[in-house]
Amino acid sequence: MKKAKQIVAAAVMTLALGGGILWASDHADAPNVKGKSTDITDLYVFQSPTNPDNMVFVGNVQGLLSPASTATAAFDENTLIEFKIDNTGDNVEDLVIQCAYKDGKMYVYGPVKPATTGLSSTIVGNAAVVVPVTAYGASPTVVTSTSGIKAFAGPRDDPFFFDLDQFHAILGGTASGFNNPGKDTFAGTNVMSVVVELPKAMLKSTGKIGVWLRTSQNH
Amino acid sequence: MKKILYPIVTLCTLTVILAACHKESKVTPVTTDPNTGKVFAVVGDQVGRPGIATVFVAAADKDNFNATIPSAMGALYQPKFETQLQAYNGGAFTTNILGLTAAQFTGVLATDVLNVSTTGKTTYYDGTNVLTGRALTDDVIDVSLILIFGGPTGASNPGLTSDHVNGNDKPFLASFPYEAAPW
Repeated sequence: MKKAKQIVAAAVMTLALGGGILWASDHADAPNVKGKSTDITDLYVFQSPTNPDNMVFVGNVQGLLSPASTATAAFDENTLIEFKIDNTGDNVEDLVIQCAYKDGKMYVYGPVKPATTGLSSTIVGNAAVVVPVTAYGASPTVVTSTSGIKAFAGPRDDPFFFDLDQFHAILGGTASGFNNPGKDTFAGTNVMSVVVELPKAMLKSTGKIGVWLRTSQNH
Repeated sequence: MKKILYPIVTLCTLTVILAACHKESKVTPVTTDPNTGKVFAVVGDQVGRPGIATVFVAAADKDNFNATIPSAMGALYQPKFETQLQAYNGGAFTTNILGLTAAQFTGVLATDVLNVSTTGKTTYYDGTNVLTGRALTDDVIDVSLILIFGGPTGASNPGLTSDHVNGNDKPFLASFPYEAAPW
């Protein structure tokens, strides 16, 4: 325990020097995106629990929404939500799944080779799936393309869980460790979510892929 | 287990990345799709693995980290991540439960890309599989805490290696879209 205290003391010092670190997942992580439609909370990629031939991509933005603010939360047509997929191991995207909001619907493009790699994204081709955004309180609207791409867009409970408050207490020097049981700081909060499930064959993978989620704006 | 975690860190040429303020083209393509050809060139956020930017990236670097393409991250951020990891551990980090040294571990983390298996179980860490995806139920915080604070056996600093929040506040759905309904 003494060692733990020393470690925490060192961490606190680092934080003081570093200007403060909030550890959520990626919620409100950077000044340029905090509180904006571009603010990513989490990325999840997993084999479909209902079909082992499918992969599921979950991209969440706009975290820490209270139920009241969720009722008026919306996607932004000026913000592209994009899954970048590397299937050759060089950490450069070979495929993208692009999600662009327009007039109450989420347009999902790809997986398709991007027009260019890197920081500028151009919508490629026509949408593979167009899914109406599910309203707060409504049952999920799901649309599946003829090619087998399934999509959802709308508010969901934030699936992230962490006792962030206690972590802050530890870093602030008022606690020496976590409590047992801990308390989920993200309990009762929502995110805006895009979920896409598609056949793994579309990923043209040889066994593994690298995925990252990017948001970008058109102006 | 170790092998899975040893990526080939490509030391790319340092590329100056310009987040150009590219205005949307006024030319409307002839298509029924309202977004085709639309350009999004203003950098927003970027995430691979959970918690990386918030745990290892200094406040002054956070926007730059989001504007750095993953293939350039390793060279730019591994040294900084290693300094931060040692700071969290009072300079005493040796190896973690995966047998990774500070340099190796931060070398993995600095390239913020989520590794995903397309042929097997997808999990952040389940005791057997390491970094083969991220499922909704994965306790990524405990995994991260163990790897950062738990030492070579995972048993060091027991007060810091689990937040004792082991699951979500709502059950996930058995079918698409899997995430729980909003509060």
